[in-house]
Amino acid sequence: MQTSRLPAYVDILIIPFLNLLTALFVAGIIIAIIGENPFTALSVMLKGAFIYKGGLGYTLFYTTNFIFTGLAVAVAFHAMLFNIGGEGQAAMGGLGIGLVALSLGGVIPAPFVILLAILGSALFGAFWGVIPGYLQAKRGSHIVITTIMFNFIASSILIWLLAGILMAPNQMSPETASFADGVMLFKIHEILNSMGFSVARSPLNISFALALLCCFAVWVLIWRTRLGYRIRATGFSTKASTYAGYRPEWIIILVMAISGGLAGMMAVNEILGVQHRVILNFTSGYGFTGIAVALMGRNHPVGIIFASLLFGALYQGGAELDFEFQTITRDMVVMIQGLIILFSGALAYMFNPILERFFSANTPQKEMLDG
Amino acid sequence: MADFWFQFLLALDSTLRVATPLIFAAMAGIFSERSGIIDISLEGKMLMAAFVAAAVAYGTGSPWIGALAAIIVSVLAGLLHGFACIIHRGNQVISGLAINILASGLTVIIGIALFRQGGQTPTLPKSARFNSIELPFAQYVADNIPILGVVYKELISGHNILVWLALASVGITYYILFKTTFGLRLRAVGEKPEALDSAGISVSKMRFQAIIIAGILCGLAGVYLSTATGAGFVKEMTAGKGYIALAAMIFGKWRPVPALYACLMFGFLEAVAARVQGAEFPIIGEISSDLLLALPYVLTVVLLAGFIGGVSPPRAIGQPYIKER
Repeated sequence: MQTSRLPAYVDILIIPFLNLLTALFVAGIIIAIIGENPFTALSVMLKGAFIYKGGLGYTLFYTTNFIFTGLAVAVAFHAMLFNIGGEGQAAMGGLGIGLVALSLGGVIPAPFVILLAILGSALFGAFWGVIPGYLQAKRGSHIVITTIMFNFIASSILIWLLAGILMAPNQMSPETASFADGVMLFKIHEILNSMGFSVARSPLNISFALALLCCFAVWVLIWRTRLGYRIRATGFSTKASTYAGYRPEWIIILVMAISGGLAGMMAVNEILGVQHRVILNFTSGYGFTGIAVALMGRNHPVGIIFASLLFGALYQGGAELDFEFQTITRDMVVMIQGLIILFSGALAYMFNPILERFFSANTPQKEMLDG
Repeated sequence: MADFWFQFLLALDSTLRVATPLIFAAMAGIFSERSGIIDISLEGKMLMAAFVAAAVAYGTGSPWIGALAAIIVSVLAGLLHGFACIIHRGNQVISGLAINILASGLTVIIGIALFRQGGQTPTLPKSARFNSIELPFAQYVADNIPILGVVYKELISGHNILVWLALASVGITYYILFKTTFGLRLRAVGEKPEALDSAGISVSKMRFQAIIIAGILCGLAGVYLSTATGAGFVKEMTAGKGYIALAAMIFGKWRPVPALYACLMFGFLEAVAARVQGAEFPIIGEISSDLLLALPYVLTVVLLAGFIGGVSPPRAIGQPYIKER
């Protein structure tokens, strides 16, 4: 990370906004090149995401996924670890839910099954994060490479199990049997409708509350606990942490456990919330999107909530593009996501020199301090 | 026995076919990473090249023009990577990831805009592809010379020009890296960039050159996928091959010839996986081809963890170079 000589509000508000604007601008140019009107596309997306019946529910449903995977990436980032294994950790989280729900569903009361399943998702995800963490801390393997490999290994394991011993009988597609009755999370629209509000159907469920709870927990962990302090200190310098008298290796392993656990809990929303069985590829890229979310949200839970909302709207609005246009599909969202990662991640500091010139012109005394 | 031998030959033959794009991409990775630039965008560059090769070959009817266009686009994607991480000192992993995601979105969007076939290109006619070259006397030799004749016909003959080019690229990479001044500088820039800088050689320029070579090689990998083995572009047709190539490069410890062996081994695993599906074996029983396909990744993790010999990546990898003033 580069040290910035800009006022804090420029760093946390103006720069992310400029980066997002650049990404959307480039996306607009591409839409124009393929012969569609970018402004029509934008308005279709906004309507689809927020205005059409049930749109907002879907938007918040996707938002939930991105909060989990975004937090996962952000927690690791604080220790300067790049966890791009969210995809695999979420897949393993789904497996954890499946194993708990299929073995205990119908045996013990459903609420307990649900609690244990949520725990299972976090533990399985954490397990899939801890191994790369351990290999990085103790054996010096590069965590980026290991987590990439672990994504593929997780996907192979899931295919093998779902097409093998976990496959539902009398079933042709690779998926497990449905969970027992009651082993599912309440939908928000059901709750609101029972309270007398009239709300359109959507897959949004109480995982959303769980996600917000995790945001708060991560904020407390990183900025209000000794462990969080050590995580950030390890991120700044592993040497410093050794001097301070604790072992950075254990911090790395612990951080990857937390990160993997958060990513694994994404499966709660998809599997316990909607599918009620384990299916293949339910992670569908949400783990990777978590990277964009964390980058945009500047690794802060509040930023991550807003960035997740943005991506949730992009996903839901992107689905609307399929209906309205012949030539624009959901793949447009994938492209926009790539552009956002490019401009707010890789090229995050592109505007710094210009902004520094602009702001230091207004505050000459700062320049003197630097000189 | 004769049947087994024949099957084995066919497996080796398809090993070579599967390994070809891996070899190109692994060599690309070696150039880039030896110069100090992490390159997880092998996958994305390959995907873009595959699309452009098929689209342009379909439009012009010439696989050669398609290949040229593909290489140009792949190099441009590499230059974007360079722009982000050499000029703006951005994070190399993030930049690579951005290119991969961008590639999977862009190829489909442009594909739909051009051809309206759900992101595919139309099937290429034989004249717009790189076809297999039957070596002279293949049939005659196979009929008249025992064992070696069959090897000649099934394994050595009948490959397209890109397969041969991929094998040649290993030798060329080795020569450039270890026998030329350019190669020495390239390796030095990934180990100790400040040394080169003090010798008056531009670190950025060296790294850009490495990235351009990597772009050309990734381009060829993509060309092979869509216009040599395949007859057109299919959505997500690289399907993780860029990452397998990355694994092979690491497995070969950033050296061309060992990386070639790793590519062949991973290719062989894939070729075998396609054949063992559902087959029963004595003692071990049924082998799951799904797990067999995960073996390259598992092996790479084990190797990286230092359980089979040590691995040391180029020392300055991933660090943007900040010139001292």
